[in-house]
Amino acid sequence: MSDEKTAGLVDCDIHPTVTAMADLNPYLTDRWKGYMREYGPNFRQVFASAGRYPRYNRDGGARLDARPPSGVPAGADLPFMRQQHLDPNRVDFGVLQPLRPNGIGARNQAFGESLTAAVNDWQAGAWLGEEGRLKGSLMLTREDAGAALREIDRHGGDPNFVQVSVLPHGLEPLGRQRYWPIFEAAEALGKPIGIHVGGTSGMAPTATGWCSYYVEEHHSKCEAMQALVTSMVIEGVFERFPKLRVVLVEGGFVWVPSLCWRLDKHWKTLRSEVPHLKRAPSEYIREHFWYTSQPIEEPEDPRHMLDAMDWVGWDKILFSTDYPHWDFDDPKFAFARLRLTSEQHKKLFRDNAANLYGLQ
Amino acid sequence: MPQRYVVARVGDIPTNGSKAATVAGREIAIFDLDGEYFALANRCPHEGGPLCQGRRTALFESKRPGTFVTSRPGEMLRCPWHGWEFDIRTGRSYCDPDKMGARAFGVTVEPGARLVEGPYQAEIFPVSLDDNYIVVEI
Repeated sequence: MSDEKTAGLVDCDIHPTVTAMADLNPYLTDRWKGYMREYGPNFRQVFASAGRYPRYNRDGGARLDARPPSGVPAGADLPFMRQQHLDPNRVDFGVLQPLRPNGIGARNQAFGESLTAAVNDWQAGAWLGEEGRLKGSLMLTREDAGAALREIDRHGGDPNFVQVSVLPHGLEPLGRQRYWPIFEAAEALGKPIGIHVGGTSGMAPTATGWCSYYVEEHHSKCEAMQALVTSMVIEGVFERFPKLRVVLVEGGFVWVPSLCWRLDKHWKTLRSEVPHLKRAPSEYIREHFWYTSQPIEEPEDPRHMLDAMDWVGWDKILFSTDYPHWDFDDPKFAFARLRLTSEQHKKLFRDNAANLYGLQ
Repeated sequence: MPQRYVVARVGDIPTNGSKAATVAGREIAIFDLDGEYFALANRCPHEGGPLCQGRRTALFESKRPGTFVTSRPGEMLRCPWHGWEFDIRTGRSYCDPDKMGARAFGVTVEPGARLVEGPYQAEIFPVSLDDNYIVVEI
C-alpha cells in the first residue's frame, strides 16, 4: 500500500458549533448574558437573527446526515464528529473555524469583544481541551483592533490556537491601515492569519449589488477573496509585514493566476501611483498566501485543474473538508479524478498544512 | 446471472420513505413512491454521500426565466451532501445524465408464499407466508 493510502491527513476547515447559546454562559459575565437576552445580536445585516445565506435557515447549512443522533445541531457533538469524520477519514489534525455564533461583526463593540472572547474560551475548553487532534482559530473582532489585540494577549501564546482569524467582509477592504495592528500582532506571534469566507459588512456581497439566488451568491465568495488579496497587496501590507502569512479558507484558488496576471500588467503601467510596492503584485501573492481546497472546482477535463494547481503552487494548497457543512469534500473522492503523484498527494493532504501550522 | 434478494416487508418502509439495506455486500437504498418501490446504490456517484438520506422533491423545470413548472412530486432525489439530483426511477443525474448516474436495481413485490419456494435470498430476515415482500434484483 502506498504512503498516501496509509498516512493521516490535516483538514484545514472544520466547523464546531454550540448545542445552544447557553453553552457560552460560563464564559460571559451577567452583563452580557443579560444583554443577549434583552437586546440580542446586532450585526450589519438585513435580518438580526437569520443568516444572510438561505441555507443557514435550515440545518445550519449542514450535510443532512451530519445531524448527530443526540438531536443537537450538526457540529455540536464531539463524539459524533470523531465517529463520522475524524476517525474514518484519518484526520490527524483538524483546524477549527468557529463561525456560529460569533461576535466579530457586532455593532456594539463591547458586546462583540465579550462574545468573541466567550467563543474563544468555549473553543479552548469544549474542543481543544477535549480532543488533541483539533487545533483552534483565535477569532478576532476585525473592526475593533484594540479588542483584537487584547484577545491575542489572552490566547495568542496557547499552542492549541494555530492561527488568528478575521472574516473577509468588513467595513473597508482588509488592506487598509486601520487593520494593520492585527497584522503586526499576528506577525509578531509568528502565526498565520486565517480568513474564512463570511462576515457581515452591511454591503452587498458582490461588486455589482445584491443577487437573487444562493447559487449566485455562493460564487461571490471568490470575488470577495480577490478584492481582499488585491487590497492587502496594493496597500503595501507585505512590505510593512514581510513575515505575515495569510490562509484563505473556502474561497477557491483557481482564480489566483488570472488575478496575478492582471495585477502585474496594471502595475507595470501604474507603478508610480504605488511606489511603496517594490515587487510585482504576483510576487507578494506567491509568497504570502495559502488556500484551502474545498469546495474544489470540478472542470470537465481534470488536466485543467492540474494546470491551475501548477500555477498557484503545490506548496500553497491545503486540503479541507468543511465538515459538517453541506458542500463538504470527501478526502477519498474530491481529488480522485486528478491522479495526483504521491508527492503531490502528500503535500496537499498533509505536509503543506503541517509545515504552515507547525503540526507534528 | 442476477440474484434476487428480499430486502424488506411491505409496510416496513413508510409511504414516500426510504430504507437502506446491505445485500450481497452492497448498500442499497430502497424508496417508496406512493406504494411503488425503487432501488438505487446507496452511494452518490459524485462523492459518495448516502442517497438514502436525501431529500425528495418534485421535478422543477422552466420554459423561460420567471416561470416554472412542477411535475412528478417526490421523484427527484437530492443527495444529502451536495444536492446532486437523481431521477428516482432511473438513477440518472439531472445535470449530467449521460455521464453521472446512481446505479438502479429492479424491484418487485412478491407474496411470502411464493418466496418460500425460492430461488430468493432472504438473508436479512425470515419470510412469513402471509406477508408481501420487496425483492431487489442484483
